[in-house]
Amino acid sequence: MGFIHRHRWLTPYLLLVPGLAWLAVFFVIPLGFLAHQSLEVQNPIDFSYAFRWAWHNYSDALSTYEPQLLRSFEYAAIATALALVISYPLAYWIAFRGGRWKNVLLLFIIGPFFVTYLIRTLAWETILSDNGFVVSTLKSIGILGPSDRLLATSTAVVAGITYNFLPFMALPLYVSLEQIDPRLIEAAKDLYSSSARAFLKVTLPLSLPGIFAGTLLTFIPASGDFINAQLLGTSDQYMIGNVIQSRFLELTDYPTAAALSFILMAIILLILPIYTRALGTERLTGA
Amino acid sequence: MTDNLSREEFLRRSFAIGALIAVPGLAAEVARAGGLKIPPGVDPKRLKKTLRFSNWPLYIDYDKKHHRYPSLELFTKQYGVKVDYHEDINQNETFFGKYQAQFRRKQSIGRDLIVMTDNSRFPALMVQQGWLEKIDKSVIPNIKNLLPALANPAWDPHREHSLPWQSGMTGIGYNAKYTKPVTSVDQLLFDRKLKGKVTLLDSIGDTLPVVVLSNGDDPGKIDDAAFNRALKKIEKAKKAGQIRKFTGNDYISMFPTGDVWAGLVWSGDMPQITPSTPRAKWLIPKSGGTIWTDNMLIPPGGDSYTASVYMNFYYQPKIAALVEEAIYYVCPVKGAGAEIKKIDPAAARSRLIFPTKEMLKKIYVVDPKALFNPDFQVKWQSMLGA
Repeated sequence: MGFIHRHRWLTPYLLLVPGLAWLAVFFVIPLGFLAHQSLEVQNPIDFSYAFRWAWHNYSDALSTYEPQLLRSFEYAAIATALALVISYPLAYWIAFRGGRWKNVLLLFIIGPFFVTYLIRTLAWETILSDNGFVVSTLKSIGILGPSDRLLATSTAVVAGITYNFLPFMALPLYVSLEQIDPRLIEAAKDLYSSSARAFLKVTLPLSLPGIFAGTLLTFIPASGDFINAQLLGTSDQYMIGNVIQSRFLELTDYPTAAALSFILMAIILLILPIYTRALGTERLTGA
Repeated sequence: MTDNLSREEFLRRSFAIGALIAVPGLAAEVARAGGLKIPPGVDPKRLKKTLRFSNWPLYIDYDKKHHRYPSLELFTKQYGVKVDYHEDINQNETFFGKYQAQFRRKQSIGRDLIVMTDNSRFPALMVQQGWLEKIDKSVIPNIKNLLPALANPAWDPHREHSLPWQSGMTGIGYNAKYTKPVTSVDQLLFDRKLKGKVTLLDSIGDTLPVVVLSNGDDPGKIDDAAFNRALKKIEKAKKAGQIRKFTGNDYISMFPTGDVWAGLVWSGDMPQITPSTPRAKWLIPKSGGTIWTDNMLIPPGGDSYTASVYMNFYYQPKIAALVEEAIYYVCPVKGAGAEIKKIDPAAARSRLIFPTKEMLKKIYVVDPKALFNPDFQVKWQSMLGA
């Protein structure tokens, strides 16, 4: 104890050690390996690799898989927007009207997460099946044509992503809405603001940190997802995650897979500051 | 075949979660106590306590009710060797990909026996590179029961590194509830009545040769022109929306729901899904189908002695029959037919286990060089879209 007392300033750093060590061992070092791998060249005969500073892996990967990259961000963006539109009223209602049922209601949102991701996605396979009730209902009211289908289309993939990442959106939204002091809204109304105006001027801005966190927590993993496209889509819906997965595991083309992983990370890192600025959340999050 | 339904259901799930099923303990202790029947040629001291075996899902006899593998239990009873059985191979590519670093360095992958298909490039590659342990023929007298047609494959001419586990055929499967018989590849790819209801197999060694055959080209010698003709044909069908999906073995869950009506599938699966899809049929396309063989291989660091003793055990017609009666693939063991007749006459009549001469005339072996052609691989993969 004597040592710690004499060096109190060390405490915060000591507390950081486990986290930093974890990051170093499981993130920084593997990332280094991945970077090394992305510059290797594969021998097509015996699948061995040689390091060659092969920067062309990046340009080749970009030009070959541009459609899948664009599709990933398109699907992720649509799914994020849908998740926001669905979760916001939900979180709002629970935060302001949930009363003593708040915790139970939150449990309902998390409930499906007690089932594994794959099983939940497989359930959608059954729900959207050609002979399932969803398709037959939509056909009978004329939304789908007689030969249309839902499963193995981009609609199914986007729906799957939206569903699977919904709690990542709903929970941060709930947290930020729950923290709003209702007296602020009352004050706005006392000053003759309509409900809609009070929402736009008070509630919405105050919930921006939640929107910010929720959209990022949804968008980032969604853009790297491959399960939904694989199970609910076809190769025409494949996202960049599917390409990375098949390059790594099926073709054992590690260099291309590694390069694509870095490209994906780089694009997300580029999007991040632009988005932060656009939403004006630096002030709110103190970031 | 009384527990077909459960088997099929199980298959669906195990594909979904990549389930790893290990058989612990078994009746090993009982066997040790009750005296073993180790034949004189086998040195009990050289046998390991456990045989670690990786195979494809539902590719062995399985007693659903008691969660046991009867033929493996018989092995344990006779030799006192437990079998640590894993159904963890779903695709040749992914299995190889997972362990290729260990293969290259000849490090153990924690298995003594694995099963891979000769219509992928991997068994040949592993033999060429010397990544496999040799089988110990001194303890496999039953190798005499190997079908002559399978005795000398080009990639392992004297069967020094491999022995067949099963063979199977790639042909057309269809659900007669929804469609009239689909007898040709062209009908499968271009009959508008099947639009959006067709699956093809995503592995090049399965789909390519069957389509090559439909163009009148030779699947045993696929040149650039033949490859391009076949690829163009598939792309045309894909563009027209005919093909719903390229699949692995997971097509098996799409037939019962009616999402898929017809597709290129492996021969043993259609009989296995009949409880839920009573009118599932399988046939060899008019222009011909292909035959492939799954091979038992001993990965680096695997115990060759124990694995070879198991191979010898499996090559008894009685044991092979036990496995065959459950899975409906083509048996590589001579004399298994007579044994199956004793336990399941219906299975003994199955043309999927014992193809007729006419059928054998219409099935071909794929050109191994085509599987190694990097240009074909790249084009195939980009057609698949990943």
